Amino acid sequence: MINDTLQNRRTVIAIIITVVIVIYILRLFSIQIIESRYKEGADSNAFFKKTQFPPRGLIYDRNHTLLVYNKPAYNIALIMREIRELDTLAFCKALNISKEYFIKRIAEIRDRKKNYGYSSYTPQLFMTQLGIEDIATIQQSMYKYPGFYIQNRTLREYAFPNAAHVLGSIGEVSQAKIESDSYYKQGDYTGRDGIEKTYEKQLRGVKGVEVLLRDAKGRIKGKYENGKEDVAPKAGENLNLTLDAQLQVLAEKLLKGKMGSVVAIEPSTGEILAMVSNPSFNPSILVGRQRSKNYMQLVRDPLKPLMNRATQAQYSPGSAFKPIQALVCQQMGGISANTLFSCSGPGSSPIKCTHSHGSPVSLLSAIEQSCNPYFWNAFKVTVEKNGYGEKNILFRTNYDEWADKMKSFGLGEKFTDGDIYEQSRGYIPTQKFYNKVYRAETGWRAITIRSLSIGQGEVLVTPLQLANSMAVIANNGYYITPHLNRCDSMRKKIHRCKVDKKYFPIVYEGMCRVFESGTARASRIEGLVMCGKTGTVENSHGDNHSIFVGFAPRENPKIAIAVVVENAGYGSLYAAPIFSLLVEQFIYRKIKRTELLNKTCVTVTNSNVKER
Amino acid sequence: MSKNVSIKYALDWTTVFYFVVLVLMGWISIYGASYDFDQASIFDFDQRAGKQFIWILTAIGIAGVLLLVDSKMYSIFAYVIYGAAILLLILTIFVAKDIKGSRSWLEIGPVSFQPAELAKMATALALSKFMSSYNYKLKNWKDLIPLGVIIFLPFSLIILQNETGSALVFVAFLLMLYREGMNGIVLLLGTFAIFLFIIVIRYSIIPIQIDHGSLGIVLAMSIILIVQAGYAFFFTKHQKESIILVLGAIGIALISYIINIWYHLNYDTVTIITIIASCIYWTVIEIMNRYKKYWFMILFSLISVAFSFSAYYLFDKVLEPHQQIRIKVLLSMEEDLNGAGYNVNQSKIAIGSGGFWGKGFLNGTQTKLKYVPEQDTDFIFCTVGEEHGFWGSTLVLFFYWLLLMRLLRIAERQRDSFSRVYAYCVTSILFFHLTINIGMVLGIMPVIGIPLPFFSYGGSSLWGFTILLFILLRLDAARLERMR
Ligand SMILES: [Zn+2]
Repeated sequence: MINDTLQNRRTVIAIIITVVIVIYILRLFSIQIIESRYKEGADSNAFFKKTQFPPRGLIYDRNHTLLVYNKPAYNIALIMREIRELDTLAFCKALNISKEYFIKRIAEIRDRKKNYGYSSYTPQLFMTQLGIEDIATIQQSMYKYPGFYIQNRTLREYAFPNAAHVLGSIGEVSQAKIESDSYYKQGDYTGRDGIEKTYEKQLRGVKGVEVLLRDAKGRIKGKYENGKEDVAPKAGENLNLTLDAQLQVLAEKLLKGKMGSVVAIEPSTGEILAMVSNPSFNPSILVGRQRSKNYMQLVRDPLKPLMNRATQAQYSPGSAFKPIQALVCQQMGGISANTLFSCSGPGSSPIKCTHSHGSPVSLLSAIEQSCNPYFWNAFKVTVEKNGYGEKNILFRTNYDEWADKMKSFGLGEKFTDGDIYEQSRGYIPTQKFYNKVYRAETGWRAITIRSLSIGQGEVLVTPLQLANSMAVIANNGYYITPHLNRCDSMRKKIHRCKVDKKYFPIVYEGMCRVFESGTARASRIEGLVMCGKTGTVENSHGDNHSIFVGFAPRENPKIAIAVVVENAGYGSLYAAPIFSLLVEQFIYRKIKRTELLNKTCVTVTNSNVKER
Repeated sequence: MSKNVSIKYALDWTTVFYFVVLVLMGWISIYGASYDFDQASIFDFDQRAGKQFIWILTAIGIAGVLLLVDSKMYSIFAYVIYGAAILLLILTIFVAKDIKGSRSWLEIGPVSFQPAELAKMATALALSKFMSSYNYKLKNWKDLIPLGVIIFLPFSLIILQNETGSALVFVAFLLMLYREGMNGIVLLLGTFAIFLFIIVIRYSIIPIQIDHGSLGIVLAMSIILIVQAGYAFFFTKHQKESIILVLGAIGIALISYIINIWYHLNYDTVTIITIIASCIYWTVIEIMNRYKKYWFMILFSLISVAFSFSAYYLFDKVLEPHQQIRIKVLLSMEEDLNGAGYNVNQSKIAIGSGGFWGKGFLNGTQTKLKYVPEQDTDFIFCTVGEEHGFWGSTLVLFFYWLLLMRLLRIAERQRDSFSRVYAYCVTSILFFHLTINIGMVLGIMPVIGIPLPFFSYGGSSLWGFTILLFILLRLDAARLERMR
């Protein structure tokens, strides 16, 4: 019967079976419990995370006029490994693109050097920012092209062709930004400049996600757990700007044919009412597929239309500097309201006067008549009031005090607590700078830097800073950081200037007389008391810049303005009428002086500046 | 009537219980695997789970009928059944429709089934009959030839049907033969052959130095030398000689390395010469000491060398590209996640993502979304792994272990060798299916499409395994009948 020695072999077989099953259980333990990559593999297989884009916040002006809104746009995306039996010709025809472009795009998408996050499993953008007209044909036949999808997005649309520099634009997010901020994914839009950039986080909202189940063939099988894991997108916040659309439109009209800029501020709030830079462009050309082409054209334009001259251009302020000079010199004890200096007109030395008037002159008539010798003398006695001292120390200390007081008017530094992204710094020269230029601490005195006294030379300001300095005067000694977002928090950023209130009335009076009997007589408005100052700035690049600064009305000023027209000549000739018309518009909401309006609009000071 | 009562008492209800548990777990898994989002009932007969329910009911019916048949009939008709199965296999080759290159399905009315599933049972019966015959001895060469024919005939017919996977199942009978007295060396040699094959193939792509032979061959030859030395060291008195052999081999390796600096030498050739030299070395020792224990070792060495070289040839020239890729993927020589490696990768993802507790019944994303191909047949274990996690998978394996252990116990308690041989045949076949199927799903066995017994969807395989098992239970019940 049974061979007993062979019965042991049952044990061997039992051991073999047991060993195999134990090995399998260990293997299960290893892949199910120890390794985590399989879990991730299953999730990336099954869950198709569809991004839900929130609508970007709308932008309004101070009177709730809609400026910027959204229009639908479309992306064509593809998932490389789902593309099957593509009829390339028909596809290209439906999208109105060439076969070469198609091949080029596919190669670009596959190229990991250009497209870092490429995967054949995830959606890749084939074409972006298409309009409804671009996809109308292909939309009906999309089912013929498996692997291609239409994504719904939005693009910006502008109610007015104005304020391009203020509003800025949005564009596809850069690779550097994707790497530094995990919120952004390739193909997302982000504010590139202007308000769109400053308030990107508010305007963009928060993306949502829809978790969909995707089967092995890439077909969507519905929502996962009935949308339990979905996150609804949060719409972007709307933005109310401080701009006055009508004033902005008028200012742009007035700058036609001229190179220059206008900044208007409401002194009591620091709100920017208008901010114009010319040459400009229509903001809607930087939207959609034409963006990069148009953008490059603007970049190459020698007139630099992309530059926001209102905040980025730097000029010597010229005579527009004189009201502030008057305030600082009084404060430092160099002069008083009664101080008289003599003026010999064009024969004055070391600085000649550009006007003829009686002599000696008082501070009041010096402001009214824009007397250069007066301000030279005032500056000299102010910074040299204590003599020079050992190693020029007393003089240098006084100079530092002068520069510091100048800066307290918001000149020569960027507004760091504001919301304007593109800004230049301007320049109030430092003691260190002159020590270096004149090679010694003793190498310079008031006479060496005399052009500073009349706002020429090394001193540089931006039109925004100029307008703001007018707001300081209008406010009798303080300013609120000029800003574009109309909200309470921005109105709290108060900066006092380092000049006492008592020194302001005489400057007021002087600036007021500029309109009554001074250089801007021609730009008076019947029944409205305005304060202003012309400036004619010499510059090495051509004709003088025409500048006008001021505020109105004299009591409870509502608006402070700086106007710069480059290479136009006398300030009273070109800049002052623009100032006057803007004031009329803002105060009366209507312009009666249509003749002046038309004349100013058609005045061309730079024939290269064309309307775009 | 009295017979029915006796069956009721004599039947091994423990095995029946394991059978029922596995079939039910399989049924639920099939429901899970084929569940779509809009499907509701497990009894929907248009769906896989509903159809499997019918297969289960019919399988139970067949089981009942098998239990009612007189146990002697199985022995008496063993050759007849075998002959019928062979005829059916031949018929299938000519009649069957080509389904994905395989001609293994017979259609009878609305039902289609694979005769290969029945052939396993028929072969098991024929082997039992032959090996239990009077005067049969496994060591007898005359008896070995018919034994080989019984196995080889269905094996080759199924190969002709292009069902290599099903044909390989016949290799499982080696385990039964081992129990019945076949020299255990055969199993060891078989294991060693697979080991050598893997070494040669796995490392064949790595050159030692360019144009200086492959690492695979050199490793294989070294292993053969180590086996020689190890055998001599542990099982004979020639410890010293075996140490000399090892040192000599290392010496040859160093010298050939140095020669190679100036003169081009192929390491493949060097290793073959070394092996031949070692064989001469042992022959000399054998003759000088009149010690007759080395002839087998020398034979083994020479055959191993021949095998190693033919293994690469076999792999390169005989296997078809898709089979080559399967093996390459398994040996991690290639990662082809979209092609041959896709199934196994997705299957591992499914199981691996189950974690300890699983994702819950009907919550598996891998299986619901059809990432795993053939997830209700060959890859059914994925559903268990994904939805019931480690504990569920282990539980299933535990039940298979219980069943196999129970079958071994049943086998050993048989009084006649017919029943015992048959019992070992059943155990071997089930164990082979389990090993290959779960191993494939877990990515440690090549992709050979054979079903998981009692689990996988399909009437043929469920019927086949049920018949296999319940004939054994009937034979086992007869053991007690005869005792009375
Ligand atoms: Zn003068």
